Parts: sequence; C-alpha cells; structure tokens
Amino acid sequence: MILMHTPALQVIIPLIAAPLCCLLPKSRLAWLFTTLVSFSTFAISVLLVWQVHAVGVIDYEMGNWPAPLGIKYHIDSLSAFILILISAIASITLLGARSIIEQEILHSKHALFYTAFLLCLTGLLGIVATNDAFNVFVFLEISSLSTYALIAMGRNRKALMAAYEYLIMGTIGATFILIGIGLLYMQTGTLNMFDLHDRMPIIGGFNSVHAGFAFFTVGIFLKLALFPLHQWLPNAYTFAPSAVSVFLAATSTKVALYLLYRVFYTIFGFEFSFSTLHLGAVLLPLSIVAIILSSLIAIFQSDIKRLLAYSSLAQIGYMTLGVSLQTQSGLIASMINLFNHAFIKGALFMCLACIAYSIKTTRFNHMAGIAKTQPWVAAAFVVGGIALIGLPPTAGFISKWYIVLAVLETSWWLAIVVVLTSLLAVIYVWRVVEQMYLREPLDNIQYGTPVPMMLIICTWTMILLSVYFGIDNRFPVRMATMAAEMLIP
Amino acid sequence: MMSLITDLYAYWISVLLMMVGLYIVIDHNNLFKKLIGLNIFQTSVFILFISMGKVDQGTAPILKEGFETFSNPLPHVLILTAIVVSIATTAVGLALVVSINKYYKTINESEIQAIEREEA
Amino acid sequence: MKKNPILRETSHLLIPAILLFALYVQFHGDYGPGGGFQAGVIFASAIILYALLHGVKRAEQVVSLNLAKTCAACGLLLYAGVGVFGILWGGNYLDFNVLAHDPIHGQHWGILLIELGVGLTVASVVLAIFYAFTKFKK
Repeated sequence: MILMHTPALQVIIPLIAAPLCCLLPKSRLAWLFTTLVSFSTFAISVLLVWQVHAVGVIDYEMGNWPAPLGIKYHIDSLSAFILILISAIASITLLGARSIIEQEILHSKHALFYTAFLLCLTGLLGIVATNDAFNVFVFLEISSLSTYALIAMGRNRKALMAAYEYLIMGTIGATFILIGIGLLYMQTGTLNMFDLHDRMPIIGGFNSVHAGFAFFTVGIFLKLALFPLHQWLPNAYTFAPSAVSVFLAATSTKVALYLLYRVFYTIFGFEFSFSTLHLGAVLLPLSIVAIILSSLIAIFQSDIKRLLAYSSLAQIGYMTLGVSLQTQSGLIASMINLFNHAFIKGALFMCLACIAYSIKTTRFNHMAGIAKTQPWVAAAFVVGGIALIGLPPTAGFISKWYIVLAVLETSWWLAIVVVLTSLLAVIYVWRVVEQMYLREPLDNIQYGTPVPMMLIICTWTMILLSVYFGIDNRFPVRMATMAAEMLIP
Repeated sequence: MMSLITDLYAYWISVLLMMVGLYIVIDHNNLFKKLIGLNIFQTSVFILFISMGKVDQGTAPILKEGFETFSNPLPHVLILTAIVVSIATTAVGLALVVSINKYYKTINESEIQAIEREEA
Repeated sequence: MKKNPILRETSHLLIPAILLFALYVQFHGDYGPGGGFQAGVIFASAIILYALLHGVKRAEQVVSLNLAKTCAACGLLLYAGVGVFGILWGGNYLDFNVLAHDPIHGQHWGILLIELGVGLTVASVVLAIFYAFTKFKK
C-alpha cells in the first residue's frame, strides 16, 4: 500500500512530523525524531526513483479529483532526481549536526528549530513533487518562511538583518511568481502544468502571457540568486547557523533551478521560451557576469562562509549557462552541475561547521594553522576545494567537463571563459588552504574545542560522495539524460 | 484611448497599488514601513486575481436558488490561501523587526548600516 | 483599561457575541462566506480584546501560551490526519469520498473536519503571536 501512495507520502511525512516535533519536550528527542523522519523521506525518494525506472512517470491525484479539476502530483525522472538529492542532503546534515545546533542555538528553541527544519524540508519536497502551479507557490512560501525563521536563529545579531532582507526580497520574488501564475490562469483557466502547456500555442501571442513570462522570470531569478538579484544570498548564508547554511547551500537554490526547468520547459515549452521570447539572450550574459564577478569577489573575502557563498553564486552561473545554450547537452550539463554542486558545497559548508564548532568563528585570520589541530577537517576542505575547482577524480571535474563539452558545440571563446574562471576558483581555494596549512596557529586554536566524531564522519561522507560521483557518475548522467530528453523533445 | 482606461480600470488600480507598494519597500528607511509596503504590494495582487474572477452578470460564488450565473470561485480560494501566506510573512517580519530593535536600539535601516560599518 | 466603564461593559457584552459569531462563521463555511481561517481570526480577536482590557496575565489564565501552542500543533495534525484517514480507508490522500457510507456524506464530513483543524490552528497561532509580542522582553 505504501507503494501506491509514495508521491503523497514523500511530502506528508515531514509535514505531519513538524507539529509532532513542536510538542516534543527534549532537545535530543527532537533531533532523533527529525533525523529518523528525514531518513524515511530518503527511503521514500529511493522507492520513487526505483518506481520511475520501472514505470516511467507516476501520477497521483490528491483527493481523487481528476486533473485539471484537482491537484495532481507528477513524478518523472527530473523530479525523482531532485527528490533523492534533497532528502539525502537533509539526512546527512541532520545526522551530524546535533552538536553544532546545541552549541549555536538557545536551548529553549531547539524543538522549534527542528520543527522549522522539517517544514523547510516539506516545502522543498513539495515544490518538486507537485504538478499544480499554485501548489508550487504554496510550498515555495512554506519553505521560504521556515528559511527566514531558521536564518534568524544565528549567533550573530547580523543574522536578524540578513533574515529581514531575505524576507523582503524573497516575498517580492514569490509574489512575482504568483502574479505570473495569475496572468496565466487568466488566459487559460487552468493551473495544471501539462494543461497549461497544451493551451500555450493557442494563447501564446497575448501580451498578458508575455507579461506572465516576464514575472515568472524575475521571480525565479530572485529565488535562484542569479546576478543581479543575488544580494540576499551572501548575508543569509554567512550569518545563518552552520547546520542551516549546510542545508540551504545544498538545496534551496537547486530547487529554484528545478522550478526554472519546470516553468520554462514544461509550462511554456522549449520553443516558446527560447525562440519566441529569447530567454537565452537574457540568461547568457547574466550567467557569464555572475560567474566572473562572483569568483572575483570571492577572492577578497575575510570570512570563509562568505567566500563559499560567493562561490555558490558563481556555480549557479555555470548551471544557468548550461540552460542558456539551448541544447540538450547544455541542459544535461546544467543538471549534472546541480547534482554535484549540492554535495560539494554541502561538504565544504560542513567543514566550516566543524571549524565553527572548534573555534567559534569562521574568520580567515582566526583560521591560521588549523590543520595542525584539526587534520581531518582541513583534509576534507582540501578535497572539497579540489572538487570546487574541477580537478579529477572529483565530481567537480565531471561537471566542468560536461559544461565545456556543451559550450564547445556553440562557441569556443565561451569554453575559454569557463576554464579561466575555474582558475579563479584556484585562487580563493588556495588562499584558504595556505592559511590552514602553512601558517602558525594562534592561541585560540590551540585551545579550541575538539570536534565531535559524528560531525567529522558526516563531513567525510559528503566529501567521499562528491569523489564517488566523480568516479562512478552513471546515476546522475543517466537521470539527467532521461530528464533532458523529456524536457526538450 | 479613454476606453483603454475605463474598460480595464481594475487592472490599472492593481498595477498602481503594485507600484506604490514596491516604491514604499525600496524607498523608506524604516523597517516597519517596508513591511507595510510589502503588504500593499501583496494586496494589489489579490485585487488582480479577484477582479479577473468576476463573470459578467455573475453574482457571488455561493450556490442559491434563483441565480444562474456565478462568479468563478477558484480565484477566491487561491486568494484566501495567499492572504494567509501574506499574514504569516507579516508576522515573521514583525518578529524580526522587534528583535532587531532589541539588539540595535533602532529600526532605521541607514542607522543600522552605519552601526555595522563602524564595527567593521 | 478596565477602569473605563464604557469599554468594560461594552466588551463584556460583545466578547461572547464575537465568540458565537466565530463559531457561526466556522460551521457555515460550506454554505456561505466563511470557513476555518476567518473563524480562527475572529475567535482569537475575541480573546485578544479580553487581554487588551484585563491584561495579558488574566487572559493567560483563560488560554495559556502552552495551550495555544499545543492546539496549533493539534489543528495541523487533525487536517493531515483526515488525509491519512483517506489513505487508510482505501482512497488517495485527502480523499473525502471514503470517509462515510456514501460520497456526499463523506465530502460533508471531510470539509467539516478540515475546516475545524484550520480554525483551531489559526486561532491558536494568532493568539500565540499576540502573546509573544506582548511578553517580549526589551
């Protein structure tokens, strides 16, 4: 019976767990409960991937109302791919994060922290699973509101201002998506994504549809933190609690990218988005500027979390560069980038969580010589940095390889830009590695708190996964190829 | 030209409120006023949705004997959900502003940025 | 504020009426304008009016913060539980047709229970927000 209801169970298990977690009295119990729930969502997403392999697509009608009257959940290869990514990241993060959460967050707020985490997980899983445009907006707001609350729990008082700015910008972005949904509903009378796609050729010439497309574009770019709508991301990732930074860096922009795929390929259709309305001409320059500018800014940062946040902005630029190439191979490269970057950035932010646990700060100057006291953490950062640059045998190399192959199909000078910007990544990764290994340690590091074994094990799990997917990349490549062939027929 | 305004007056009002709300969010320094601007912006979207749901000669979307044409009930349901989302966002925003006031002793954005710049 | 006789007498007349009106809006949601969210807000506003008049301490003796938090969780669990009930009884999630002996009664029961869950959650959340703001230490 579970097999019949997997799409619904994927979303409602964390949804039911959230109010239950709110009622739990002890912090350890809340952590255990949340970790078990996220592992069960991982198990269900594995079941979904297996079912999608067997059957192709899974359709699930909420309340037995047939689409387009009711809300339908539609799981295909793209959705299953992202679902398993989000649940895996959530599970590994929660498994290791108990100690850093207990250190950074007030004890009375622990149960509410885990409740907000479960609601964020529900929202992200719901955006991916659903096939109804307004349901996407509802789950988007669920995940965004819990993200604002999670970010505001950071240690520094700057976390409050970061959460407030993210609230204002994120709500404007989500409301723009709502306006886009409204304009499309006005012209078609339906909210089901496939139904909208079927009616798009009839109404494609109207100004309101073009306006809806523009609103969708701005809203999604804001959630994706693509240049120039990226201002909320560095502050939000830097001042959030360390466990929250790990989870958000690895999942929230990836789900926004999934929304981009769904809206521009499934709802509007490939020809309408890229040939009639020239989305590629907007995406390409913005992606290139995002890559170059963010990598340059990352070099000069004095807080390593901020450095990794700007590095994330650059990697998002690579993903949208793949989309803007308007080819199937570009889309495959973008999806592989999405998958690998989630593990690489999650692992790097987890290294920083270990360092933050030990010396209570992530500032560049305070990290001098930390390789002597925390050799495992520093080694993990080195491997993660190699993956970020894109050297074999890590997953980053696979991502860069596919991007360069896709870019070479259209223009050779873009490939040179991609390779040169990877060299920029070498500069900021080497800065940190030099500071960790080749400098003399300060006093506060000699007396730093020892990092708990669970956190180091989870960090190394994510690092080893990013190396594993560099060596055996059959799973991401197969899922990405199936998804790209479905999106661009 | 005049028919462009008089026929589509609902959309003109909605867009006017949208722009007023966005301007308040961008321009004002007071954190509370930004939240009010955000609320005005979201209200304009509700007006857009509801005004497009009205059917000509249609009455309210409640089943009753004697009426044949009803307005479209689906936008009303969507906007109920969106209003709840807007209230939740306002509540989280207000909680953040109250906390910011406790730690910074001010809710003026330029003063907060000046405090942060002095510390750095 | 409780010293002012006009405010005191008027609200002592109005608060029961507001609570009754909230229940009316709650249960007439499928026949007219209304439903869970509106009813929850009206219910919470009655208790907030009482708190404005007699102080938050007296209001907490009526509905404490812990009760509000528990009711918020229970309301959401009621909503999601009706959906899971639909799965256990053979339909899809949130399938109301299987809840009773025939689909029409099932739909009736389903909407009633769901709106009850929504009303409970909204009333307790609005009240909890009010308590959180008034008890915030500067």
